[in-house]
Amino acid sequence: MKTLSPPPGKPFDRLVIAVEADVFRSRQAVGRAMDRLGARVIRRTRLVTAVSEIFRNGLVYGGGAEVVITLDEADRMVWVDCTDQGPGIADLELAMKDGYTTGKGLGRGLGGAKRLVEHFEIHSVLGEGTQVRLAGRA
Amino acid sequence: MSQSAGLYLVDEIMLVAIDEDINDSDIVDLQDRLAQRVHDTGARGIVIDVSALEIVDTFVGRIIAQLAGIGTLLDSPTYLVGMRPAVAMTLVELGMTLPTVRTARNLQHALERLRATQ
Repeated sequence: MKTLSPPPGKPFDRLVIAVEADVFRSRQAVGRAMDRLGARVIRRTRLVTAVSEIFRNGLVYGGGAEVVITLDEADRMVWVDCTDQGPGIADLELAMKDGYTTGKGLGRGLGGAKRLVEHFEIHSVLGEGTQVRLAGRA
Repeated sequence: MSQSAGLYLVDEIMLVAIDEDINDSDIVDLQDRLAQRVHDTGARGIVIDVSALEIVDTFVGRIIAQLAGIGTLLDSPTYLVGMRPAVAMTLVELGMTLPTVRTARNLQHALERLRATQ
C-alpha cells in the first residue's frame, strides 16, 4: 500500500493501538493536540469523537493500528493518520454508508466520522490494510 | 471486574456512572451487574450518568441504548443524565439520537420524574 505524503505541520505524537485501552489513550492524545491549539470544546469534541470511531475500527477490523498526530499551527489544524494492516475494506462506498456494519457496531462509524471533521480520506487495499486521514480545525 | 462504571443505589433508584475509559470487556460485566442488582433490590428506576464523558462515540452510544433496554425489560424506567452540550451536538451529527432512551436535565430532574411515574 502506498504511503500518504506527510500532512503539513510538525509531528505531535505517534502511538500504537494494540488493545482497547490504547483507543482511549490515543484519542486523549488527539485531545491534547487540539488543546495545544486552544480549540473550542465543540471542535475538540467533534475531532476526538471522529478519531475514536476510526481508532476502534483499526483495532477491531484491522487487528491494531498505528496513529500519527501532526500539528499544523499555521492553519490551526490537527491531522491524524490511522493505518492498519488488516484485511482491507472490499467496498468503501458501502462501508461509508450509515447503517452498514459487518460487526456489532451501529453502522454509523465511518460516515459519521467523516461528517465530524474538516478533512477525511480513506484508502484501503484488500489483503494489505486501510489508511484513514482526518483533520479538524481548532 | 469492571472498574469502568459504578453502580449505586440511592433512594431506591439505581445510579450508573459510566467512566470515560469503559471498554468492550467491561460491558457484559456491567450489564450483568446492573440487571442483577435491579432485580435484587427492586429498584424503581435507573439513572445513567454520563457527565464524566468528554465524548460519546457510537460504541458508548450502543452501551447506553443496551443498558436502557435492559432497564425497560425489567420494568425499571431508565433515564440518561449529565450529557455535555458538545457531546449532544456531536451525537446528533453522528446520526445517533438514542430515540429509545429517556433523558433528564440532571439527576434531581430524573429522580422527580421517576417519583412522578410511581
